[in-house]
Amino acid sequence: MEATQDRVTYINAGHTVRSWLLTIDHKRIALLYLVSITFMFLLGGMMAGAIRLELLTPPGDLLDSDTYNKAFTLHGIIMIFFFLIPSIPATLGNFLVPIMVGAKDLAFPKINLLSWYIYIIGATIGIIATLTGGLDTGWTLYTPYSTAFATTNVILPATGLFITGFSSILTGFNFIVTIHKMRAPGLTWFRLPLFVWAQYATSLVMVLGTPVIAITILMVILDRCGFGIFDPKAGGDPVLFQHLFWFYSHPAVYIMILPAMGVISEVIPAFTRKKIFGYGFIAASSLAIAIIGFLVWGHHLFTTTQSMYAATVFSVLTFAVAIPSAVKVFNWAATMYKGSVSFESPMIFAIGFMGLFLIGGLTGLFLAILGLDLHVQDTYFVVAHFHYIMVGGAIMGYMAGLHYWWPKISGKKFPEVPAKVAALLIFIGFNGTFFPQFIAGYAGMPRRYHYYPPEYQVLNVLSTMGAGILGIGYLMPLCYFMWSLKYGEDAGKNPWGVLGLEWTIDSPPHPHNFHTTPIITSDPYDYPEMAEALGAHTGHAPAEVAHV
Amino acid sequence: MSDGVSTGAVNRLQPHFATPAQQYETATFGMWVFLVTEIMFFGGLFTAYLMYRIQYADAFAHASEHLNITLGCFNTVVLIGSSLTMALAVHSARMNKSKSIVFWIALTMILGSIFLGVKGYEYHHKWVEGLFPANWFFQAPDAPRQRIFFSLYFAMTGLHATHMIIGMGIMIYISIQALRGAYTSSWYTPVEVMGLYWHFVDLVWIFLFPLLYLIGLH
Ligand code: HEM
Ligand SMILES: [Cu+2]
Repeated sequence: MEATQDRVTYINAGHTVRSWLLTIDHKRIALLYLVSITFMFLLGGMMAGAIRLELLTPPGDLLDSDTYNKAFTLHGIIMIFFFLIPSIPATLGNFLVPIMVGAKDLAFPKINLLSWYIYIIGATIGIIATLTGGLDTGWTLYTPYSTAFATTNVILPATGLFITGFSSILTGFNFIVTIHKMRAPGLTWFRLPLFVWAQYATSLVMVLGTPVIAITILMVILDRCGFGIFDPKAGGDPVLFQHLFWFYSHPAVYIMILPAMGVISEVIPAFTRKKIFGYGFIAASSLAIAIIGFLVWGHHLFTTTQSMYAATVFSVLTFAVAIPSAVKVFNWAATMYKGSVSFESPMIFAIGFMGLFLIGGLTGLFLAILGLDLHVQDTYFVVAHFHYIMVGGAIMGYMAGLHYWWPKISGKKFPEVPAKVAALLIFIGFNGTFFPQFIAGYAGMPRRYHYYPPEYQVLNVLSTMGAGILGIGYLMPLCYFMWSLKYGEDAGKNPWGVLGLEWTIDSPPHPHNFHTTPIITSDPYDYPEMAEALGAHTGHAPAEVAHV
Repeated sequence: MSDGVSTGAVNRLQPHFATPAQQYETATFGMWVFLVTEIMFFGGLFTAYLMYRIQYADAFAHASEHLNITLGCFNTVVLIGSSLTMALAVHSARMNKSKSIVFWIALTMILGSIFLGVKGYEYHHKWVEGLFPANWFFQAPDAPRQRIFFSLYFAMTGLHATHMIIGMGIMIYISIQALRGAYTSSWYTPVEVMGLYWHFVDLVWIFLFPLLYLIGLH
């Protein structure tokens, strides 16, 4: 194995700060994003800690109600807009999409860098807003609260969000053009890795949905400056705001979950050493989710003035969107069935994803039932539902992806044992935190209050304890990834012994990814059938048959 | 069009593209995708407009009477003219005439400035009349509904004007490049992409004008 120091990699290609801040290499930009969103994740995590500590006891003793309102608002905004939406696309997607399509870079490298700067400007404004009084409207910015009544400075954080939206649009834009126009010779649409399909579907949502939230936020800002678009006093309609908001924000949940599904579709065949079951169905279901996902926003408005006919249609469509999600889960399970499954850490995260996403998705169906939703809307049941999807699902997928591709990104192996422990702690801590919230919510505990009747205390104590475990689980990867940078073994090209274009190039890759443009002649996931593979290679496909 | 072999295009080839043809297709396809996001961006405002227009049809018709149709018509003609001059700029690039690129772009910018000047005059007038939402002192039975109309009027035309200003900024850059002889008939992608953007901005106005100015007419 050649030593890393001897050859040019994207990491050692330049050492100055300037060479990082002005880079147009998609891999370096991915790392810039990785560092920035990790910082935001820690910030959002601190807010979550404050919320859970407050809820340890029934009276509102730790935070007063104003501070509590700010804590959950900023927690939501930071986690959703500054962490989860950019998470997989801007880091793993940025790093991998060009490599997986056999290109030297994204279609518009400078726009890629621009998107990071836009993100940083938006995030900086967000942080300044946090330090200068925060925001207390909830992450949903509902009018007329946000326009007429909020005592905090709405304009500043809203401007931050408006700006950040464009970084997301530019990322999606870049991916779409890259996937259309930059594929290597022979790489037809149906030879694309499923991760790329997932990024493509995600990008469609980013490009079609984000402008709508941007303009909606702009209208809120204008109203705050004295316009009257949503002002009920002038005949304005706050429910119109909710329609516009959820027209983006429901699809946005797919911006968060689709990329994670893409990661899982890579990890499962890799650690099962088996061709993925139903490639076409998984690819098509990503698109189906992206499209139907645009038609279900009204399920957030069941308790508003929305007509009952509209509500019925939205309810039925919400059930429909669960079908392509289920198709994926069945295909993953079918892939694992009778495969030679090995339980390396990425696989453990992936299996954790499947379990948690299942619970999140199924409780989503509860919420789609018109009658039941009236009972649980605005309770902790909804809070538990979306955390199962966004934290249990999306962040589990992000973790699976980080562990799977870390050796490629850094060129180093990380220690398996602590990684497995972290996966387990996250799984246990997560269920500990959020499962009790289903029960509390079903029993009637409303969300967004900093005090509650004593009968909910047991559940809340459980939840806070779970959050502690979860927090430790999330901090561990930070430690052993850092450790691996200095002390980790060199990973070599293909440490897991799996297929995929990215595993045929150096780790860490050369600045141009490929020395010669690859020519693709076969399908992804062409693992030799189990029996053959077991004979010669104890279930591990040799690196040479890699997807080239 | 880009024939993929001429030297001008080869010199301009960025390292991550295989052929000039690929680079050209990527740029134009990218612009179309970008315009789709723009449609969604304006789409949010148009949706809000349509919802209120249906709900408050009479108030909107009354409010619309405060707009100056003559000026609106004039501006529409000016903007359509600027689309023509923009198209001629792209044509000059295709014909390899750097000087006339600059000439037509300059003319486009003059027409754009006339449009913005007229728009500014109209804004001023509304402000003085007390029809600016944040400065509202207009009284009528349906004044609050009319205020929604003017909120949308300023938001929509303001956003449109912002797009024009950005476009004119890019035109300055492109003219400088053209003066330096950057564009030849084998490579003028920026001029072409710029043209697409400008036509889109004009098209938005073609929708805004009847929606805002003409609803009082029957
Ligand atoms: C599998 C299909 C899914 C179904 C059937 C579903 C269904 C629902 C329904 C009906 C609601 C409204 C509940 C209410 O407000 O009373 C809801 C809320 C929510 N869902 Fe889902 N959902 C699904 C997937 C997702 C995904 C993938 C995510 C995120 C990654 C997500 C995140 C959320 C969030 C954030 C909320 C509540 C937001 C709020 O009110 O603050 N859901 N879901
Ligand atoms: Cu939803």
